[in-house]
Amino acid sequence: MREPLLAAAGLILLSVAAGLARVLRGPNDVERLMAVQLLSTGGVAALLLIAYATNVPGVDDVALGLALLTAFAAIAFVNLLEADEGGTGT
Amino acid sequence: MSVLTFIDIGLSILVVTVAASTIVMRELFAAVVSYVAYGLLLAFVWIRLHAPDVALTEAAVGGGVTGVLLITAGKRLVPLRRTATEAEPTLILKVLAATLAALVACALAAAILMLPDEPPSLAPEAAAAASGPGAGLGNPITAVLISYRSFDTMLEKIVLILAVVAVWSIGTDRAWGNAPAPLRQARPYPAMVFLAQALVPIGALIGIHIFWVGADAPGGAFQGGALLAAMWMMAMMAQLAEPSRIDARWLRLALVAGPAVFLVIGLAGILMAGSFFAYPPNLAKPIILFIETFMVLSIAVALPMLVAGPPNEGLEP
Amino acid sequence: MTFLVDLFRITAIGTGAFFFVAGTVGLLRFPDSLTRLHALTKADNLGLGLVVLGLLPLTENVLVAFKLILIWALVLISGGSTAQLIGRALRSGRR
Repeated sequence: MREPLLAAAGLILLSVAAGLARVLRGPNDVERLMAVQLLSTGGVAALLLIAYATNVPGVDDVALGLALLTAFAAIAFVNLLEADEGGTGT
Repeated sequence: MSVLTFIDIGLSILVVTVAASTIVMRELFAAVVSYVAYGLLLAFVWIRLHAPDVALTEAAVGGGVTGVLLITAGKRLVPLRRTATEAEPTLILKVLAATLAALVACALAAAILMLPDEPPSLAPEAAAAASGPGAGLGNPITAVLISYRSFDTMLEKIVLILAVVAVWSIGTDRAWGNAPAPLRQARPYPAMVFLAQALVPIGALIGIHIFWVGADAPGGAFQGGALLAAMWMMAMMAQLAEPSRIDARWLRLALVAGPAVFLVIGLAGILMAGSFFAYPPNLAKPIILFIETFMVLSIAVALPMLVAGPPNEGLEP
Repeated sequence: MTFLVDLFRITAIGTGAFFFVAGTVGLLRFPDSLTRLHALTKADNLGLGLVVLGLLPLTENVLVAFKLILIWALVLISGGSTAQLIGRALRSGRR
């Protein structure tokens, strides 16, 4: 029963790769922020699928940590994005 | 060729491509985001190699904390870029550097490819020591870190403290003792405050949980500490907390607590179990968890201090 | 009975992967930053939810199943809030 899981994981990885290629080229920094978003959702999904397909134990904690860390990275990048464009903000 | 082989090949190509794009990109933001993506893909590779502990550490440190450290430092350097007066390196220097880098890469590749079929390894000995009476934990990685190779782990934490001291020493003499510049200058958007208020408590609980289960399941002190550090930084970025003064006593105590407790217990091992850094057999697990608690504290305090940077002279005490 | 469960799993995971691909197609083809953000956030989070739903029957106990749902909830909250922040940054950049 692992082939469908792996196929789905492969598809998702491919989508993340294609999305990354587009967003990292983007015209401005905000586009790159979307790359972090993409990694967060796509990365967690592919991670869960691969780990369940190959029977790696304890992967739910890794996925939890990953979800939190990508949220943290996204906040950090947004924070510094605004600091760049005229630091007074709202 | 099964689907798994395809995925492995695809993952390898992706990792190399993203690594190359990190080096090639000219803009700071793009390069750091690419680096974070690289860290995440490496975490995948670790999962494929059946190493969830390393995957978590890679995602936490390589992807999250180091990425934020790079972007924070990079943004602070932007005003300085205009005053830089160094000339660009000459073409000859660039070619020389490229050749040297290529030679090192070839040497490493040759060393890996020419390994004998049974590469000499400490793994059997480490596994035996990890499941023996001196450790007796369910997670062999934690046992190796805190019992078989305990001295290395303690020294790593001391290196972390030295890094924090080095960052602090960048500040001017007048500013010594002040707090680092706040991670955020202006008022944060409400959405950011909401996100921090929602995630920080949950994240702190998850960090403590990952540290606690590290004794018997994938996890451990470093991963838990890195998550707690990320949560504190998230609170600082949403202005729910401010970086503290660097001469605050609690800060300095927290920083040295981990290696200090480790060292004291290691020395006590001479009296209690016969040699430096040995643990008495029936007390091994409680002692290990005790040491790890303080190590988590040290890591959770050291990493945000690294990102926050040197003391800021603009603030009045 | 297990055949039905397997069918449910494959359908959920397959649909989830489809939504991910759809989100990336939107990311590649939409003309504007804001529309790309829309495709990214909505489609990918839905895809993750479906994947989690499809993996639930595979978990060994209730605690792990709860953790999977918690993962989805965390990604949803952070994804939604980050999308708001990115949208705000895009708008103030335009002004």
